[in-house]
Amino acid sequence: MTVPAIDMNGVWFSYDRTPILEDVTLTLKQGDFLGIIGPNGGGKTTLLKLLLGVLKPDRGTIKILGEAPHDANHRVGYVPQNTDLNITFPISVMEVALMGRLSRSRIGKRYSRNDRTKVEESLKKTGIWNHRHSPIGRLSGGQRQRVFIARALATDPEILLLDEPTASVDPEFEMDLFDFLRELNKKVTIVAITHDVGVISRNVKSVACVNKSLIYHEEGQITAEMIDMAYQCPVDLIAHGIPHRVLPTHREK
Amino acid sequence: MWEALQFDFMRNALLAGVLVSISCGIIGSLVVVNRIVFISGGIAHAAFGGIGLAFFLGFSPSLGAALFAVGVSIIMGAVSFKSKHRADTIIGVLWAIGMALGIILIDLTPGYHVDLMSYLFGSILTVPGSDIWIIILLNLGILLTVIIFYKEFIAMSYDEEFAFIVGIPVKPLYFVLLGMTALAVVMTIQVVGLILIIALLTIPPYIAEKYTKSLGGMMTLSSILGIFFTLGGLWLSYSYDLTSGATIILVAGVGFFIFQAVGLLKGRGGITR
Ligand SMILES: Nc1ncnc2c1ncn2[C@@H]1O[C@H](COP(=O)(O)OP(=O)(O)O)[C@@H](O)[C@H]1O
Ligand SMILES: [Mg+2]
Repeated sequence: MTVPAIDMNGVWFSYDRTPILEDVTLTLKQGDFLGIIGPNGGGKTTLLKLLLGVLKPDRGTIKILGEAPHDANHRVGYVPQNTDLNITFPISVMEVALMGRLSRSRIGKRYSRNDRTKVEESLKKTGIWNHRHSPIGRLSGGQRQRVFIARALATDPEILLLDEPTASVDPEFEMDLFDFLRELNKKVTIVAITHDVGVISRNVKSVACVNKSLIYHEEGQITAEMIDMAYQCPVDLIAHGIPHRVLPTHREK
Repeated sequence: MWEALQFDFMRNALLAGVLVSISCGIIGSLVVVNRIVFISGGIAHAAFGGIGLAFFLGFSPSLGAALFAVGVSIIMGAVSFKSKHRADTIIGVLWAIGMALGIILIDLTPGYHVDLMSYLFGSILTVPGSDIWIIILLNLGILLTVIIFYKEFIAMSYDEEFAFIVGIPVKPLYFVLLGMTALAVVMTIQVVGLILIIALLTIPPYIAEKYTKSLGGMMTLSSILGIFFTLGGLWLSYSYDLTSGATIILVAGVGFFIFQAVGLLKGRGGITR
């Protein structure tokens, strides 16, 4: 049996005593494609930061590929939700994407030819290679998101975590991205936060809804329970006309 | 000006001006993009406590300044690492205490008239030759550190969270940056004095940021601008017998407004951004 990609057990987390996540337990096998939905402020981003080791749980345990979260850093790729930080920073698209090739073991060394080839590949995959010399601040929000996705791909991750990767990209790229992620999923475990339940219904293998606690559905179905819990989010749900596979007809409790 | 070059003190002043401008260009760029301008001001002013202590106990004021600057930078690093924006109060308190402590210690030093002005506003014309060597060594140290960890500094400055995630030890790196800032501050006290250090650390990088595409470019252009401001100010102060530190800063200030005006005309955005 292989180790699970993600193994969270009874995890609690709070910011300054305000509980954000309560008793979250989740086991995700390698090769899975998990879609995470939930209302704004429900704790989705917080959950990813716990998985990355940026935040530490108050209680409970987290293992990534059998390792403590931060020890697995070189095996995990991350696309943050907020891509407009430091917009005036004098840095080119290429340099941002190259950050994906940083690692603890190669501190103080130059980027290698291999690093640059990897970054070229990933910038081409996300269709932003032509802008490689542009200052990052000159790009639109959607273009910047492509750069950040490329940066995560350049890491060559075994697990890829994406926090609302399509929030500001055009619908066309959203389609392309998820086609691409499905293809990537043959080798890489993927966890994607998204508000677009239509995307989830077409692409993911399993679904979780996060709103303080977490409900997980292994077959990728959005259960009535999730809808109850994530009451604010299913606007998309209705808008997209959820296919049968995703919405079971019976309420399961 | 040229005939002045035959004097040792003038050659030392020029050399110190150039070297300090290079350090300020490099460190100032990092200070600006990491938004730790207030911290660097705090380090500069708190260093005065060390100068006072040095007079009181009778050792070298530069050494005193260095000890205090480095010590204070460590404290400030510890309080500001987690939440950079919430550390303001503590930085302000250390800033003020350092200054006050320096003054009181000098008051308590018996029978000694310290030229306070030279520490507050610099005294580039009295940099001794032995100090030039120390400045050269510090400059080399800063330059090498930044070259070796260049890509890590970029990562930490641009996206600290991602840098942490991929395994860069951002906390030690942040302390290294503050330590280098402290050393740059100590060098710069000689040239423009501790009150005006912030200007030399920030004005060239603010201008350079708008005209460069990389952190390295920003550092280079800042250094060049700093050299122009310092030498220009030195020349004016020598010709018209003005306080050198203040003249250097005013030249930099004029440069700042000229570039702002040019930027506005070209539509590159003004003081904000
Ligand atoms: N750094 C922080 N300090 C304090 N509270 C925070 C911080 N970051 C997020 N929160 C709070 O935690 C809750 C969950 O946030 P988040 O995980 O970003 O939600 P989501 O990604 O689901 O929208 C929100 O109520 C938010 O206000
Ligand atoms: Mg979020």
